[in-house]
Amino acid sequence: MKTAFGSRVLETACRLLVPFMVLFAVYVVIHGHDSPGGGFQGGVILAAAVILLRLVRGEETALGLGPRSALVLSCLGPAVYAGIGLLAMVWGGNFLDYGALPLPIKPAEVRAMGTLGIEVGITMGVTGVIVSIFDVLSRDEEGDQSRGT
Amino acid sequence: MRSNLGLLVLVPAAAILFFAGQQLPAVGDPSSPASTHVAPRYIEHGPEETGARNMVTGVLADYRGYDTFGELIVIFTAGLACLVILSARSVKGRRPRSMKQRTKASSPRR
Repeated sequence: MKTAFGSRVLETACRLLVPFMVLFAVYVVIHGHDSPGGGFQGGVILAAAVILLRLVRGEETALGLGPRSALVLSCLGPAVYAGIGLLAMVWGGNFLDYGALPLPIKPAEVRAMGTLGIEVGITMGVTGVIVSIFDVLSRDEEGDQSRGT
Repeated sequence: MRSNLGLLVLVPAAAILFFAGQQLPAVGDPSSPASTHVAPRYIEHGPEETGARNMVTGVLADYRGYDTFGELIVIFTAGLACLVILSARSVKGRRPRSMKQRTKASSPRR
């Protein structure tokens, strides 16, 4: 996306909306232990904020998330999830048995921390995948020509 | 004629399904198989075992963490498939490159 279709109205609305969308995404992920929400929902809200910025302002790297880093993020998400599962195996538990992680807090809270970790992994994966799909759908024709032929 | 044939198949099938559906346990029945094996454990001990006051998160991310890992892999694979398919389109005519080559080779009139 090189051409923004933003006007001053859209620009102002977007500037007002995006910080709250990012904040709400973080809230949905972190507060998923106590209320409806979690990694999938928070990741989608975060991806919506990034896509809104790209549509209105035409920024290739909205929120520091360019096409390439979105792809990297989508790969990092499953890696974080599996990494936490494997870390539990390193300390003698089963795969994804967060109770085995050596943290100096109560056992139930260790499990909650492990759950939060995998929720962050899910968020990264979902955000990366959705932004990547948007990028490949909205690719410029000129960009294609200079790259392809 | 054809719709009659369809009805002939549909009505017995629906009758069997409705007959079987009557014998399903009622929604929320505490003695049904779905709520006698692991569900009481999840409900009674879930919050203190997983540290998540939201039982859905406790079950999805902790007891069934392996399942959620699979879900993430499914989303990742679907996104990868989208990227592969959509990246293959060409500039002119928006056809995949391989298909364009094939039509060029198979039609010598051009």
